[in-house]
Amino acid sequence: MINTDKNYDVIVVGGGHNGLVCANYLAKDGRKVLIVEANDSLGGASATSPLNDEFSVSSCAHWLFQLNPTVASDMGLTKHGLEIAARDLSTIALAEDGNHLTIDGDKLEGAGISDEDRKAFVAFNKQITKFCKLLAGAFNRRAPKLVEGNLTDRITVAKLGLGMKMLGKEDMSDLMRLALINIYDVMEENFDNDLLKGAISLDSLLGSHMGPRSPNTVYGYIYRRMGTVYGFNGPAVVKGGMGAVGKAMANAAQASGVDIEVGVTVSKINVDVDRTTGVTLADGRVINAALVVSNADPKTTFNKLVGLGNIETGVARRVKTMRMKGDAAKLHIALDSLPNFTGLTEQQMGQRLVIAPTMNYIESAFNASKYGEYSKAPAMDISIPSIHDATLAPQGKHVMSVIVQYAPYELDGGWNDEKKDAFKELVIDRIADFAPDLKDKIVASELLTPVDLEERFHIHGGHWHHGEISLDQILMMRPFPGTSQYGTSVDGLYLCGAGNHPGGGVMGLAGHNAAKEIIKRGKSA
Amino acid sequence: MMPHDETMILETPFHSRCLALCEINLWEDWKGYRSAAAYTSVEQEYFAVRSNTGVFDISPMIKYRFTGPDAGAYLNRLVTRDISKIAIDRVAYTVWCDDKGHVMDDGTIFHLAENDYRLCAYARCLDWLMWSAEGFDVTIVDETAEVAALAVQGPTSCAVFKDMGFEGIENLKPFGITRYPFGGSEVMISRTGFTGDLGYEIWIEPALAESFWDALFDAGKLRGIRPIGGAALDMLRTETGFLQAGVDFIPAEEAIRTGRSRSPFELGLGWLVSFDKPVFNGRKALLKEKKEGSRYAFVYLDVEGNKPAEYAFIYVGNKEVGTVTTAAWCPTAKTNVAFAQVDAKYGKVGQELVAEIYYERELKWTRVMAKCTVIEGAVFNPPRKRQTPAPDF
Repeated sequence: MINTDKNYDVIVVGGGHNGLVCANYLAKDGRKVLIVEANDSLGGASATSPLNDEFSVSSCAHWLFQLNPTVASDMGLTKHGLEIAARDLSTIALAEDGNHLTIDGDKLEGAGISDEDRKAFVAFNKQITKFCKLLAGAFNRRAPKLVEGNLTDRITVAKLGLGMKMLGKEDMSDLMRLALINIYDVMEENFDNDLLKGAISLDSLLGSHMGPRSPNTVYGYIYRRMGTVYGFNGPAVVKGGMGAVGKAMANAAQASGVDIEVGVTVSKINVDVDRTTGVTLADGRVINAALVVSNADPKTTFNKLVGLGNIETGVARRVKTMRMKGDAAKLHIALDSLPNFTGLTEQQMGQRLVIAPTMNYIESAFNASKYGEYSKAPAMDISIPSIHDATLAPQGKHVMSVIVQYAPYELDGGWNDEKKDAFKELVIDRIADFAPDLKDKIVASELLTPVDLEERFHIHGGHWHHGEISLDQILMMRPFPGTSQYGTSVDGLYLCGAGNHPGGGVMGLAGHNAAKEIIKRGKSA
Repeated sequence: MMPHDETMILETPFHSRCLALCEINLWEDWKGYRSAAAYTSVEQEYFAVRSNTGVFDISPMIKYRFTGPDAGAYLNRLVTRDISKIAIDRVAYTVWCDDKGHVMDDGTIFHLAENDYRLCAYARCLDWLMWSAEGFDVTIVDETAEVAALAVQGPTSCAVFKDMGFEGIENLKPFGITRYPFGGSEVMISRTGFTGDLGYEIWIEPALAESFWDALFDAGKLRGIRPIGGAALDMLRTETGFLQAGVDFIPAEEAIRTGRSRSPFELGLGWLVSFDKPVFNGRKALLKEKKEGSRYAFVYLDVEGNKPAEYAFIYVGNKEVGTVTTAAWCPTAKTNVAFAQVDAKYGKVGQELVAEIYYERELKWTRVMAKCTVIEGAVFNPPRKRQTPAPDF
């Protein structure tokens, strides 16, 4: 709750996971911090929402797979109630004939996988892990400025450079080559099995507006695999849904002295010429603070909260041209019993299931979205968390969560109930191709398009990374050049969300790095 | 008017009249328009403005119109001056900068009515203007082709207008705007110009351009009116210390090489920068520059001798410290003037410098090392430029 007697040092706009992480570090540094969150629950896109009276589901992110361990332990998340229901899950790439491929760490089973592919996969993983380790050195600190970089920045650059050198000649030249091409070509170079190539490709582009042949997908894949360095050997299911991450973080933040106000929208970040003075809430209250940290995405922050007229044209232009149009929908289904996926046991149904039979299947699905249509045969990432977590559904019943790729934010003619229903039916039909009795078991369902995700989580474009993860929008170019070290052109206004280096996913590093930067700048922040 | 894709060069609404008077047929390209460089002789045209009235067709000047509830706020964010201080029917000279605080262009803003402004610019910049419009309720129109304009400059200009029946024009203050009925419509007259003399600019719809020209030249016959071209104007503006975009500075968006663009402070235009207003483009960078110092100074030089210091290097001792951007012998002030960009520390009034001038006489090149002194500014600055009521000559 807002304590009107307290003169807050910092107001954090938005109680998403990065906002909570940032607030926690700042409070531990001795600052008086207030978080204002528009929704009634905390964690942002790491959320659990009721589907109806009996069922609830992770309504945006549904796996935990790259939470940074330093952040987790600094906040004492386990102590504050974070429970993992299942971890290090396998990924099962579904085949229509029931001969599925199981990817379990380095191990591949099924789908007539060849020994060559098995060997190549081990080598591929080894190389990707090396790349992840290299990036990890740059992920937990601010992105360096290249031109006017000071000592801190030079160390980061030197570390990256040295790290690349240490990869050895072959891996280094591979990294430089691969980063600029696309996952399709890389898969063709390495593997024969279609299901394997499809599953890896899907990982390279989930949540983005890209297809397997799009540039940047290799970086997208390495990014996705960062969890390897953070102690994840596959995705994890959080007990109570992803909202439990937010809850644990909120508990930790409150224990550190952070005040949290939920259900109140910040309507404006107040700016006096070129310095922030605090925020104005939707109910008209004005709260002053020398520092405002926005957990909202960069477009929402500048378009809506600051106002493009209150910043200089060059920055406004950068905000405007940032690419962040979501292309993934969420489907949630309540089931009165577990459906039967052809060829899968219950234990296997508890793993991560993907529908991405070939790379061309995904590319064709992407084609539609390029022209403002939803995919007629979408690619999917399916979770049935209730197999591991009894809190989400009544005894014996289940809930299914599906990431559906692709559903463009800017659908031709816009989204309406009719189109949403048609798309939902199409997606359910497609899943039923693999689980024939699915439709008989559905008791409730909802589809969230990127437009719905935008509305529910206040993310411009419904893009869960707060901006495309692509080479032109990472490191010193994230969210955009000139605003890459969490500080903005408005003095006292900082950004801490996924739109900043290193990016999205429930990782927590953007919030961590933002806090470190503010603390480092001390009085001059 | 003919669109640009059907002709290599456009004609202004006054073209038929310019063509008839352009005895030496000397034309130049001004932003895609055919514009007279000189009509008879440059000196004659120059002296017409200093002694009588010279008429320069400024229709090619880029003109943008801004309307809507946020028009004033929009312009205040765009330019460095405080637009809220410009009353209706007033004009202000200003510059506008990019985020680095480097000058993109200079020009004049006309406050025509509530929420209604015109910006006259050297360069086209609609893309920048549109980018800047994000977050504002403002409508922007390029009205370059929709407004015909003439500069009517010189000591007898006011008298000519009185003879045309523009009663009370003598009471128009510098940078003021007034309107008179003309040809069933109206002509807008502002007391503005680029010559440093008593003078006006008129703004009229293209359909009335020719009849206005005819009436003006009829009225001015006995007061020595004559058309002038770009060459004479260049002498006039040099004498009075006006910078020319593209000559004395490179508009920031046109500069390709790093370090070639300049801030207002580096152009001697710091007086146009108001920090006591809401955020404007370049504010952050300019505040920093103000605190930490500029790289360059823009100076006016009184050059010894009578050889124009065109393209000259500027020295202190043996050290090269700058270059000349504009130079001319100024006939009325009888001074050899140069504008130069020099290292900031050599920009103080009274600073002695040396210009390395090359000149040619019948294929023989000669070099002089001419002493020069940094002076205050305009070498020609007559009281009649400011007097209200304007004097009658």
